[in-house]
Amino acid sequence: MKRPQHLINRARRGRWQAAAIVTAAALAAAACSSSSSSTPASSSGSSSAALTASAPGITPTQILIGSHQPLTGPAAPGYDLIAPASAAYFSYVNAHGGVYGRKIVYKYLNDAYDPTTTASVVRQLVLQDNVYALFDGLGTPTHLAVVQFLNSEKVPDVFVASGCECWNSPTTDPETFGWQIDYVREGKILGQYVKQHFAGKKIAYFYQDDEFGQDGVKGLDDEIPASMVVSKQSYVDTNVNIAPQVAALRASGAQVVISFSIPAFTALLKLNSLKLGFSPQLVVSDVGSDAITLSGLLESFAKQGGATVNGNALTNGIITDGYLPTLGDMSNSWISLFSKVHQEYDASAPFDGNVLYGEAVAYTFVQAMFKAGRNPTRADLVSAIEGGLPQGPSVAPYAFSSSDHAGITGAYIGVIKNGVLVQEGPVLTTDTSTSGAITTYTGTEQQAPASGIPSP
Amino acid sequence: MQTLPRRLGVAVVVAVIVVFLSIKLNTFRDYQIAEIAVEVTAVAGLTLLTGLSGQISLGHGAFMAIGAYTTALLLMHLSWPFAAVLVLAAAVTAAAGAIVGAAAARLRGPYLAGATLMLGVALPSIAYAYQGIFGGDQGLNVAFTAPGFLGASFPLTRWQAWVSALVALITLVLLANLYYSRIGRNWRAVRDDEVAAALDGVNVAAARILAFVVSATCAGIAGALLAIVTGLVAPGAFTLTLSISLLTAAVIGGLGSLPGALWGSLVIVLVPTYVTDVATSNGLSSSVGSNIPVAAYGAVLILVMLVFPQGIQGGLRRILTLFTGPGPKTPTWRHAPAPSAEQARASQHEKEGTS
Repeated sequence: MKRPQHLINRARRGRWQAAAIVTAAALAAAACSSSSSSTPASSSGSSSAALTASAPGITPTQILIGSHQPLTGPAAPGYDLIAPASAAYFSYVNAHGGVYGRKIVYKYLNDAYDPTTTASVVRQLVLQDNVYALFDGLGTPTHLAVVQFLNSEKVPDVFVASGCECWNSPTTDPETFGWQIDYVREGKILGQYVKQHFAGKKIAYFYQDDEFGQDGVKGLDDEIPASMVVSKQSYVDTNVNIAPQVAALRASGAQVVISFSIPAFTALLKLNSLKLGFSPQLVVSDVGSDAITLSGLLESFAKQGGATVNGNALTNGIITDGYLPTLGDMSNSWISLFSKVHQEYDASAPFDGNVLYGEAVAYTFVQAMFKAGRNPTRADLVSAIEGGLPQGPSVAPYAFSSSDHAGITGAYIGVIKNGVLVQEGPVLTTDTSTSGAITTYTGTEQQAPASGIPSP
Repeated sequence: MQTLPRRLGVAVVVAVIVVFLSIKLNTFRDYQIAEIAVEVTAVAGLTLLTGLSGQISLGHGAFMAIGAYTTALLLMHLSWPFAAVLVLAAAVTAAAGAIVGAAAARLRGPYLAGATLMLGVALPSIAYAYQGIFGGDQGLNVAFTAPGFLGASFPLTRWQAWVSALVALITLVLLANLYYSRIGRNWRAVRDDEVAAALDGVNVAAARILAFVVSATCAGIAGALLAIVTGLVAPGAFTLTLSISLLTAAVIGGLGSLPGALWGSLVIVLVPTYVTDVATSNGLSSSVGSNIPVAAYGAVLILVMLVFPQGIQGGLRRILTLFTGPGPKTPTWRHAPAPSAEQARASQHEKEGTS
């Protein structure tokens, strides 16, 4: 079967030439949907100035913003409701005149809570879609993958959906702003409550092994004496087998377990504890404690394991904290506003803490856009937020200033009762330092505007 | 070898096309070119391992992790030039490949798949265990900038695309040489019949270990490129999904074929983005839209396997044959089996490995 050498060579040459040609064709095909649009920066105008394309992503008729969200994967349960809720509030604003007449277009892409995918989708939003700003990018490990990129591209990176202290670095990351209460403040507030109400009890920590959990533990350690803590167990979000950690918690004899976990792992902690007949008092950080999400997760995880549980019964008595009004309080003007918007634009989702979060953070963004002016540049949005924002739906003021990019500064302690979060005690504010005192907030909370849209 | 200049010529043509496209297209497309270059580097190594030497690996993501972490650590602590970092990253991964390869040379089919699977799952966890060095879940940031002579306004993504594409092309040219060399023939001999190969004087174990080393080195280089392209090295990037997607790309493209590695990489990188764009622009609800790319990925996989059981490259070859009539199709070797039989054997190995 020996072939003449020249035939072999011809065949090889043919194949490689074909390869080169088709490569070119394929790459060209990949390119055909691309477009590059650059918009010149222009001055901001007075109240009557014509609407211009004042920044990338801003045209006379719309404001394009982007986000990365975990719509599938381990962090999706619960959190996948946030972006649609924000989009619902933007739809409400668009239907009622928009921001100075511009409609907000919110494009959020799925990163499945995987930092590499986050890096890719955020580049797509910034480099290809030319978004004006990145809004509410969700997750600590995921968003850390793009902070450097967003700041080098000078894209406003506003209201990151994570309480990591790391968003507050105005000197190195001038474009990045947090929004929700950071985990250190939260840890301090929860820690003080536990220290005061469970004196002499054995306390253990369960936390996600990243900035999220570690910041929370830092806050807890500021308040809880080391002698009270009998065990510290951590998990990684890619490994759902937490039986060893729960066994260690049980063996430590802990009577109170404080958990800095995402909802899926709060549910796993509860179910694994049940299996071992271990029933400590659970204290869970805000992000991992939404009653409706937890109840659903508990029931579906139990079902996968061939058991039936009552989700609401299992979440009963969980202690947590909140920085937005409680969901069940229909007399609160914010709850009635957001519930109305939810009914109108996002009714297929349950009205839970994630939806409230999504709408409230969207409200804050609209506040900032109004403050940034009629024809804002990207820098205008940053300086608008640095100039401080009115408190809006949050229960405590924002920390925003040119030297502080942290968001909400305080929270109240709450207990889940019959599937509903009930506030216990006053709103407490604090800072992120070890020595910073925790004080009761005495200011009044704002009322929602009757129109439902922040005034310019 | 007179074929070497020809391969270099093709590489130069492809390089020119990449440079042209990267200037012509927007910077996100540059990023995608870089992503494709990363993918093709890893897949090319894997397709030779599985298609030529007949060994399967479900753990190539781990080798990418080794290359990526080596790169991140060297750039962070020693600030070496990237070329030197790349060489050392390749060397470190080659060493790791030799260790795994020595074990792999004794394992067959499902046992080899199991062992490499374990590697792919376990190795990234080291990053969690030694957070001080590897940065835990957050990973390590990689600072990579375009050289100053290109000017301040030169987009970083274009530079990343150029560097990645250049490295990928050099890797492909070297692999193509290996493919047609005595070493490549030895691999095929070992794959087809170990006893016959041994009787012919081929050192079976050495050939298998060498295949693993070469393949791991490619993955390590791909990992180094991934580090500078995404600017972050974190364990979340090197999950089992990555290892499986590399194998998927190799199978979709056509096992054992270097051009096939390119087709497979194009599918893996471009299909999800394209489908997401279509899904979001048609206003599907996010719960449906976000799952469509996953479904489309599965559909493409099934379709390719049904229509082109020998992968895209096999399909292209068959279509070309329709026009040109049957001709010489594969590099010959003393007792070369027909290409279709070769491919069938390769996919047989693949099935044995995964079942």
